[in-house]
Amino acid sequence: MSARDEILAAVRGALRDADRAEAPVPRGYRGAPPPADVVSLFAERVVDYRATLSRCTPADLARTVRAALGSAENVLVPESFPVDLGGVADADDLDSCDAVVTTAAVGIARTGTLVLDHGPGQGRRALSLVPDVHVCVVREDQIVPGVPEAVALLDPDRPQTWISGPSATSDIELNRVEGVHGPRTLHVVLVGP
Amino acid sequence: MPAFPAAARAALADSQLRRNLAHATGTIRAKRAAVVAEVDEWEELRLAGAAIKDNTLRHLDEHLLTLEAALQERGATVHWARDAAQACEIVAGIAKNHHVDEVVKVKSMATQEIGLNEALAEQGITAWETDLAELIVQLGDDLPSHILVPAIHRNRAEIREVFRRRMAAAGRPAPDDLTDEPAELAGAARLHLREKFLRAKMAVSGANFAVADTGTLVVVESEGNGRMCLTLPEVLVSVVGIEKVVPTWFDLDVFLQLLPRSSTGERMNPYTSTWSGITPGDGPQEMHVVLLDNGRTRALADSVGRQALRCIRCSACLNVCPVYERTGGHAYGSVYPGPIGAILNPLLKGVGVDEQTDSLPYASSLCGACFEACPVRIDIPEVLVHLRSQVVDAHRGGAPKPEAVAMKSAAWVLSDARRLTFAERGMGAAGKALNRFGRAVLPGGRRAVRRLPWPASLWTGARDLPAPPAESFRAWWRRTGRR
Ligand code: SF4
Repeated sequence: MSARDEILAAVRGALRDADRAEAPVPRGYRGAPPPADVVSLFAERVVDYRATLSRCTPADLARTVRAALGSAENVLVPESFPVDLGGVADADDLDSCDAVVTTAAVGIARTGTLVLDHGPGQGRRALSLVPDVHVCVVREDQIVPGVPEAVALLDPDRPQTWISGPSATSDIELNRVEGVHGPRTLHVVLVGP
Repeated sequence: MPAFPAAARAALADSQLRRNLAHATGTIRAKRAAVVAEVDEWEELRLAGAAIKDNTLRHLDEHLLTLEAALQERGATVHWARDAAQACEIVAGIAKNHHVDEVVKVKSMATQEIGLNEALAEQGITAWETDLAELIVQLGDDLPSHILVPAIHRNRAEIREVFRRRMAAAGRPAPDDLTDEPAELAGAARLHLREKFLRAKMAVSGANFAVADTGTLVVVESEGNGRMCLTLPEVLVSVVGIEKVVPTWFDLDVFLQLLPRSSTGERMNPYTSTWSGITPGDGPQEMHVVLLDNGRTRALADSVGRQALRCIRCSACLNVCPVYERTGGHAYGSVYPGPIGAILNPLLKGVGVDEQTDSLPYASSLCGACFEACPVRIDIPEVLVHLRSQVVDAHRGGAPKPEAVAMKSAAWVLSDARRLTFAERGMGAAGKALNRFGRAVLPGGRRAVRRLPWPASLWTGARDLPAPPAESFRAWWRRTGRR
């Protein structure tokens, strides 16, 4: 018998006498009342995660992103990024890029999380990982209250990266250190109406 | 590995270890309590998590077939492994087919459980752990002592020493002027590992969740080493326990709330990666999933123990456990320490097989804190008691365990009023005698006996025995209550 058939047979054998009726799953959490002001909550929680936050209007976006990039010279901008920043670095040599700019698919207020689904303006997964600075642009109308709303919106067939603050470790005596392998700096640009 | 009591005695004597552990578990406990209190519907989420997992386990065969089909449809190759040896053989075979002699690894309990690194080493393949704590453990030829913070038993000075002495042999050496500042130590690991990430052709991961209907695998982490492994190499192999299945994508909304808050005490972990098969032009273009049994179907067959398969490896039960806090993870002699280890190991391996595993269900005070903390409501105390009785049964026929003898005589005494009266009179006398000899005083002022002669020393070797009162309840009732 193949391992597959053996395992499936063992599962069925193990459940022979089990009650296989489905237990009801309480789903009331999906209807939990949203926080009063999701955008402010998102902004607050992002900062709580030691990310830097700038807020701007669409007209100001290019200037705000350039300011967020600081002294970075080699900046990677994925295809279809909505603002023209010039200077697109060679994506094949990720390791020598100082910074990357991306958009996001969703922002989650209760947890201060950005979700990238690597669509247009976000690039492939490694782009937001290897450079030391990540500037992420998210619109206020992309912010949802919590995790259930985000899961409901997102397409599981796309690869996703959920980002909450910069890369961090607490492995050494539980001291939090930012930036082990991912970006040491996460700069969130929140675009209002 | 010695049985738990012997291993625990050694750990208890290590005061540095106890200090590190008390600090770590205390800190994580407080953070967890604060973020859990933020979520009004927490208890409902726990019920939902338990119900989803139970429903999945009840139809595990069907969900596994759905998962297999979804993965294959999205370009992944699915393998099935009955046990550890078979799983290691599959991973080694994939490495050999690609002529690689090194792989990078995301921290994963499943690959530790099957001893993958050692098995690959035997075939001439080096597996590099890329999680900072796992790197510390690997470079130091050490064993992990906690699910979440595996190097929690090491302090910064020790970590610096490990890096200075061992990094060079494994690749890029530690900088000469390395201090024991956590940020500098992390920086040294960053440089050391980046070289490996950019070079590696093959990565091995586990998965926190495997979504049946969409074939999505999910990995949660903090450092970005996981993302590196999941996206940079050409070939990705994920070893996934068959209990990691959740039926639908939408069920993740429960677990992505429960896991980070229970685990690190954060609202969300810094990085969560999800992928459903191969994405052209992005990430590995060859993907393998090894579905692992290795005792899980044995656990599934145990109607009381089955609930342990709900576990999402958050480690909350470790941090609240008074026994774990004092002995640390090594005493459990397994990759799964703490309360969950005390039930999962015997369930996966079976009782009556070795003494070490049989000792684990006794490594608990049955205080119930683990059940309260568990985000999927595993009734660990219930399973512990159930497994204790299995251990006793397994030893029937041979020399009975002292606990069994004690329980049997207790039953004999308690089942008859006359015998009980008689025994109580004896106890009263013993109480008077022990009160005279008992040196220790328990909190609350009651006297205790530190050490009794054999065979009772098996009991008092690890605990103080409260001295029985000098007067039994019935004697007291006769004396005062009848008025
Ligand atoms: S048993 Fe519960 S608390 Fe312990 S690690 Fe598993 S899910 Fe977490």
